Amino acid sequence: MRILVLFAHPAQRKSSINTAMAARARAVDGVTFVDLYAEYPRFSIDVDREQRRLIEHDVIVFQFPVFWYSTPALLKQWQDLVLEYGFAYGPQGKKLAGKLTLACITTGGSRSDYAEDGGNRRVVEHFLYPLEQTAILCGMEYLPPFVLYSANHLDDAGAQHHIQSYPRLLTALREERLDLSSVRLMPTFGSFDLTDLVRD
Amino acid sequence: MEGLAFYALCYLAAAVLAVIVSQRIGLGSVVGYIAAGVLIGPVFQISVAGSGYLEQFSEFGIIMMLFLIGLEIDPQMVWRLRDKLLGLGGLQVVATIAAVTAAGIGLSFSWQQSLLFGFVAALSSTAIVLQTLEEKGLLRSDGGQASFAVLLFQDLAVIPMLACIPLIAGSGHGASSGHGGAAVLADLPGWISAILTLAAVGVIVAAAHFLSRPVFRTIALLGLREVFTAAALLVVVGITVLMSAVGLSPALGAFLGGVVLANSEFKHELQNDIEPFKGLLLGLFFMTIGAKIDPAILLANWLTVAAATLGLIAIKALVLLPLAWFFRVRGPAGWLFTLGLAQAGEFGFVLLTIGEDRELLSSTTVSVSVLIITFSMVLTPLLFALSNRIVVMLEIRGPQHRDADQPEEGTVILAGVGRFGQIINRMLLADGYKPVVLDYRADVVDNVRKFGVKSFFGDAGRPDLLESAGLAHATLLIVAIDDPDRATEIVAYARRSNPGIQIIARAYDRLHHYKLADAGANHIVREMFDGSVQAAGMALESLGMHPYEVQKRKTVFVEQDTAGLSRMAGLVDVDTPAANNPDFVAGFNDIGKVIENAMMGYRSGYEEMVARGWNAPDASSIHVPRSVEPDRPS
Repeated sequence: MRILVLFAHPAQRKSSINTAMAARARAVDGVTFVDLYAEYPRFSIDVDREQRRLIEHDVIVFQFPVFWYSTPALLKQWQDLVLEYGFAYGPQGKKLAGKLTLACITTGGSRSDYAEDGGNRRVVEHFLYPLEQTAILCGMEYLPPFVLYSANHLDDAGAQHHIQSYPRLLTALREERLDLSSVRLMPTFGSFDLTDLVRD
Repeated sequence: MEGLAFYALCYLAAAVLAVIVSQRIGLGSVVGYIAAGVLIGPVFQISVAGSGYLEQFSEFGIIMMLFLIGLEIDPQMVWRLRDKLLGLGGLQVVATIAAVTAAGIGLSFSWQQSLLFGFVAALSSTAIVLQTLEEKGLLRSDGGQASFAVLLFQDLAVIPMLACIPLIAGSGHGASSGHGGAAVLADLPGWISAILTLAAVGVIVAAAHFLSRPVFRTIALLGLREVFTAAALLVVVGITVLMSAVGLSPALGAFLGGVVLANSEFKHELQNDIEPFKGLLLGLFFMTIGAKIDPAILLANWLTVAAATLGLIAIKALVLLPLAWFFRVRGPAGWLFTLGLAQAGEFGFVLLTIGEDRELLSSTTVSVSVLIITFSMVLTPLLFALSNRIVVMLEIRGPQHRDADQPEEGTVILAGVGRFGQIINRMLLADGYKPVVLDYRADVVDNVRKFGVKSFFGDAGRPDLLESAGLAHATLLIVAIDDPDRATEIVAYARRSNPGIQIIARAYDRLHHYKLADAGANHIVREMFDGSVQAAGMALESLGMHPYEVQKRKTVFVEQDTAGLSRMAGLVDVDTPAANNPDFVAGFNDIGKVIENAMMGYRSGYEEMVARGWNAPDASSIHVPRSVEPDRPS
């Protein structure tokens, strides 16, 4: 499958995990990697080019750190501008139907923060509901998100494990070796689940 | 008059011819000048009558060279190179003097003569080595920096050596290397002459420090280039006369003057003005050396000359190699350093001449020594080639020292620091970059310097000035001057000179934009464009449009206009005024037709571009797929 990674991170100088993940993703063969903040530093998104990219790929990966329980501002701008009526939705807008979407996110809060009885009062996938519904409205399949919790408080080993597993995930998606039927049954998945989910 | 013109003709013709040939063969200009001297002297017997006068004149070449070396001395760089300068340079000079003196005594010369040979041998050729390193782009490599440090120390060591020769020579003739009036102080008691000598040095330092700046600025404001050149020469000649009057080496004085002026904003201008004179006069100096070569002596002593030349190179190399290793200049850098510095230098000629004046050496010995120095210089290109060969062999055997010889990280050059350049400069400074700033207005440079910016007075349109600002090694050049033709020339020159450099240029208008692109600029900014767009935005806001709406309109306008600019690049003929080029006019009219339409009142296309992505769909036509449970959390 043809993979498009849309990476949105407004403060890459302060990033510890995401830029390392991005660097790995960039190096994976057959993956189109787009650094949205680098291409549109002034938020003037080239709608035609973005729509062309969407059409040319089968899997759309949104890679971003969660900011205030949501996507970074430019990724929201991207949704507002690119997913046009008549292209992505509406009676004539079926151009994205059948594609897969996957959010690969990192959070500052820990797994226990993201729980009904945790500080954030909801599990993490609830906060991604706008993205999920957007995908569904456009006729795409929304896969459970690939999540790294506590991204700012990881030890080296934990960070490396996630960073290394990200290109593995992308490669498995591309070669259709990711066990999608198992993934669909999970609320979210992480780097430690890949051992079971990736077929050799 | 006829005689003078005839000599000038002979000297210039021989120099031009021989230097071209020598450069073509790859032997460098010094060898060419010496060969020209041989042509004039021994071969055609032209020089005899005029050379005595010319010799004195040509020594200004040496003085100017030391002045320029002084100018090049950047305290920070000297501090960074202090280990190599004192340690490597000092040990090299001392060890070579010791080895050659011992060899001389072993060959039954007197100790005084042997010591003089030691002095001569310890010095390498600054002129040849620096020029070769620069030509090969190795000056900033490890080996190049070490070589520079040692050459600098040698140049400084010349001064005590010059002072030493009269002492070891005992009571000789006392003929100074002179520029006339040397013995003003001879009749005065010792302590008075000592005070006057110190006073002379003080005068040079004080004048260079306090007087030079206002004087140069005044001249610069006059805008007369040739007066500035005259003033620069006046500095050097003035120092020479003053130092000769108190019996000190003019070279020492010139060096001091150069060091004091090294920090001045007029440094690059001075360098550029003196440089051609130095080059010619140094060439003349080498020619007089060549003219003095006596073929009879060479034929009679060819075995001695050959053996001594090889011996000299061997001794120097054997001293340099272990020192380089000890000071961690190893691998390719070590070989470059060792073989590059293994020749004797032009100061040797000076020392030998003084030795002859003082009757320390016979004229035959001097002639043979001159031949030895000359041949060691002629062999220098071969030695550089040899070091290259060794490096290639080392690389084949093992890549361990592969990265040692890379040039340093480049810098930023900002040409023009007027209204446009100032903003660039401030923003770069705020982000921790320190551009080298060039501007042709002395008062502007002066003001910028008050804010602690490293800025230099001079016309950035002059290639030599760009080169001395480090064009060859810079990573970015920003051309921010307001003269369109000049800007295009600078861009074109910089692109030729350093194909890898990034160039950002300021364009006067659309047509100039294309000329700059043609000349090789990577990024071009139309000087009025962004400001005008800002003003247009303010106008729309003042008329009541929502600020974010204005922002979007500005963005679309800029994008459309810029896209049109590159679409039209093919239609441009830079030699035809835009209005006379029908294709260009047609294209311009076609640019962002949407924008033009919008201006004339047909607003729909522009409106749609601006509003894209926020168009509300007809609410009834949105279909939520049936299969989805509306509020399902995943």
